Amino acid sequence: MSETMPAAEREGSSEAEAPLVRIEGLTRAFDLSKKWLNRVLEGGGRVMLTAVDGVDLSIGRGETYALVGESGSGKSTIAKMAVGLLPPSAGRVTIGGVDIWRERDAATQRRLRRRIQMIFQDPYASLNPRWRVGAIVAEPIKAFGLIAGRQQREARVGELLSLVGLDPRDARKFPHEFSGGQRQRIAIARALASNPEFIVCDEPTSALDVSVQAQVLNLLRDLQERLGLTYLFISHNLAVVRHVATRVGVLYLGRLVEEAPARTLFAAPRHPYTRLLLDSVPDIEMTGRERLPIAGETPNPITPPPGCHFHPRCPFAFDRCRVEAPLLKPVAAGHLAACHAVEEGTI
Amino acid sequence: MTPTLSVRNLRVEIPTRHGVLTAIDDLSFDIAPGEVLGVVGESGAGKSITGAAIIGLLEPPGRVAGGEIRLAGERVDNLAPAQMRRLRGRRIGMIFQDPLTSLDPLYRIGDQLVETILTHENIPAAAARDKAERLLNEVGIPAAGQRLASYPHQFSGGMRQRVVIALALAADPALVIADEPTTALDVSVQAQIIALIKRLCRERGAAVMLITHDMGVIAETADRVCVLYAGRLAEIGSVRDVVKRPQHPYTAGLMAAIPSLADDLGARLAQIPGSMPRLDAIPKGCAFHPRCEYAFDRCVAARPPLYRTAAGEAACFLHDPERAAPAPAEGAP
Amino acid sequence: MSELAAEADVAPAPRPAFRRFFDSDMFHSFIGSPVTVASAVITVLLVAGALAAPLIAPHNPFDPASLSITDSLLPPVWSHDGTSQYLLGTDDQGRDVLSTILYGMRISLSVGFASVLLAIAIGVPLGLIAGYAGGAVDAAIMRVADVQLTFPAILTALLIDGIARGIAGAQAYNDVVFSVLVLSIGLSFWVQYARTVRGSVLVEANKEYVLAARLIGLRPVAILFRHILPNVLGPVLVIATINLALAIITEATLSFLGVGVPPTQPSLGTLIRIGNDYLFSGEWWITMFPGITLAVLVLAVNLLGDWLRDALNPKLR
Repeated sequence: MSETMPAAEREGSSEAEAPLVRIEGLTRAFDLSKKWLNRVLEGGGRVMLTAVDGVDLSIGRGETYALVGESGSGKSTIAKMAVGLLPPSAGRVTIGGVDIWRERDAATQRRLRRRIQMIFQDPYASLNPRWRVGAIVAEPIKAFGLIAGRQQREARVGELLSLVGLDPRDARKFPHEFSGGQRQRIAIARALASNPEFIVCDEPTSALDVSVQAQVLNLLRDLQERLGLTYLFISHNLAVVRHVATRVGVLYLGRLVEEAPARTLFAAPRHPYTRLLLDSVPDIEMTGRERLPIAGETPNPITPPPGCHFHPRCPFAFDRCRVEAPLLKPVAAGHLAACHAVEEGTI
Repeated sequence: MTPTLSVRNLRVEIPTRHGVLTAIDDLSFDIAPGEVLGVVGESGAGKSITGAAIIGLLEPPGRVAGGEIRLAGERVDNLAPAQMRRLRGRRIGMIFQDPLTSLDPLYRIGDQLVETILTHENIPAAAARDKAERLLNEVGIPAAGQRLASYPHQFSGGMRQRVVIALALAADPALVIADEPTTALDVSVQAQIIALIKRLCRERGAAVMLITHDMGVIAETADRVCVLYAGRLAEIGSVRDVVKRPQHPYTAGLMAAIPSLADDLGARLAQIPGSMPRLDAIPKGCAFHPRCEYAFDRCVAARPPLYRTAAGEAACFLHDPERAAPAPAEGAP
Repeated sequence: MSELAAEADVAPAPRPAFRRFFDSDMFHSFIGSPVTVASAVITVLLVAGALAAPLIAPHNPFDPASLSITDSLLPPVWSHDGTSQYLLGTDDQGRDVLSTILYGMRISLSVGFASVLLAIAIGVPLGLIAGYAGGAVDAAIMRVADVQLTFPAILTALLIDGIARGIAGAQAYNDVVFSVLVLSIGLSFWVQYARTVRGSVLVEANKEYVLAARLIGLRPVAILFRHILPNVLGPVLVIATINLALAIITEATLSFLGVGVPPTQPSLGTLIRIGNDYLFSGEWWITMFPGITLAVLVLAVNLLGDWLRDALNPKLR
């Protein structure tokens, strides 16, 4: 759990405009214990997996917040909690001033759902293979009752397909007739169908080839400019994040270890894990840059190391790191890091 | 010096109901002992098929329809299945993408290693076990002696891939084919595994064919690289040259599209319009011409052969020495 | 706007449905296998024969008035005492064997189809619910299924048959016998569908297109029937085809045991039973021809099911 601090100070801006998305103390634990009878007969206690451990972040309207992490970091779990697919064990997700998990009024819930959308990682599993593309894209429109007449709906679907760079006639086809990049475009068209304000992009280009990735990332940017969208962009690839993010949060084993505006994070990363990630990006410019020694792998999230989760792999770890979990503390305007060494000024 | 692997005019065809698809069309390259050649291409370019053809594991009805594949001077593309099987593992080692499925989940690591060693060497079981332990040590698995008794699921992804590397190197092959060895791993582990492959193969003098779509991995690991497009060789040369001074418009477009930490913050990525053609719809002439900003008449009419360039070879008419107009200045193909 | 559209890939125009069908891999794997084509042809012929029975059968064996006891136990036409009036001979009641086979197949096929449909109607929804809901609901349904499985099909059928007879009494029983048959056979088969569908649902429910549907607030019932059901029907179709053969055999067995259709409306199984008594006194045709027909029908349907299972193999996707 990080300390709460005024939103403006966190974001490093002096304006008091309320962020569109605010996540506070978000936590999610999964119960992986064996069934009661098995535990009685075989012994062994409850096994809990804390996938997300007290994450705070906010996203301003029109911004792109990039959440960076590897496998086991909890980024996909956060994505699902942020859009209402998975209930949190603790904490709050507030979008446009509404607490999405505590709101009871059905009409408000519906209005809220319309404003949130998601683009998934796997272009092959995110479209129902038995539905035609037109039906897939039209589904949100029908679900929210946005356009009554069938012909107008079809026209709108055609518009959306053109918007993402496809032909309106593609509405008659099935997903398997398209390539991975094209399917991702269809998924984007579907996400735009309900005129959302906030879109969570869960590794939208990780499964795509490089040249297709460039097309899809550019498309996402253009759409954001045109339509004023707000993105929560999840990725493990820092080079990609450099091209899309306004603000970056680095996640390790369920905790935010560093958060900063994109410029600052890339120019002056403070947390050792962030630096490790940056060093892991292949040196395509062949500059022969200096790299930190790399060691080990992400530990099993079920039994994370005590204290700072990163200490077994950290070249700067000392005694305090092994026992006390560091809290996110500011190191500069809008820049936070959870590291004892950073706090004590040793790195 | 005889190259470890010599591929000449390789042609791989896949007969289908709708006609014969040419998955690889007239591909030629060499790999010297101890050298790492990167084979780069996007999905459908044919890089995995190249690896499969070399090791004789093409999925039917795909078949090698032309050309020669030579391992240390001897032809291997026309061997009987039994002979090919002896070759695999012993002289050609293979590292696949997914460590989870490369290892048999029902057998201990030690048993799988020993089985591989004994298949290719006639040594007593105890010696094989010692060798297995040494291999695990070499690939960086701590407490190797005890880990011999572990099952694959007890290892993490990176550790499993290390075991797969150990298996590939168990019989001291002359050639190692690594097909996307790090794609399924976390980014912080990728660098470790790549460095491991490179170091081990250098120590043993093995040639490495590194197949990947990730140019970044190539830039850090390979000595030379060949770029595939729609089953054809677009460009081949030393890594430094191809990455910094790409001679083929496709390679140039690809490099420009790769996001890099050196790019401007929030910059738009350069993109190549369109997408790679499917095998049943390869354009006439140069396969890349519909997407190429430098295309001219000749590109539509004829398929360009490989021309020598300042930095290697490229299949592009821009590099025809007899072309009237001079080639564009350095910095662009 | 034009810049975005400039990258539009030009994909080929969609083809009409029938073109897609004849072009498809499935159709070609069908045509390419002579065994499958033969099975399909035989099945179609037999089904057509059954449907057209009132038109093409030389006699109506279900009409007691048309039977003549003097014509009983006549051998087939090519035998010494045979007549062309009864091509395959007659049984002990004077019923023409050929006509009885044709009419009997109607019963076999209709009971077979109806029981498979009933099994699907019970099994598929239960499988959908069990797979999607999980937890206690899943456990409850699966335990019921387990209990059902401990009873062999024949036993279940006998049980229900006995209960029905007890409730309805001998007279009224004859009126409901077909429903009872369909019910008893259907009840013994629903478990396969439920289990298979449940397994498929467990896989599909985690896919992102289901998440996308939940995201826009679709209710679970809508998600199950509009999104998941079309994707789990493949294996159901395969099981249904093979099940059909089994249902036909089961009905024949029940009739053979005397607890199936009434003796005045004999099915293939009844004929086989009747003929069984005469087998050793030399009147072989009463058992043999219905037996061969039954075997051929079941074999053809089974082979079709085999082909369908291979054709729908996910490897092709």
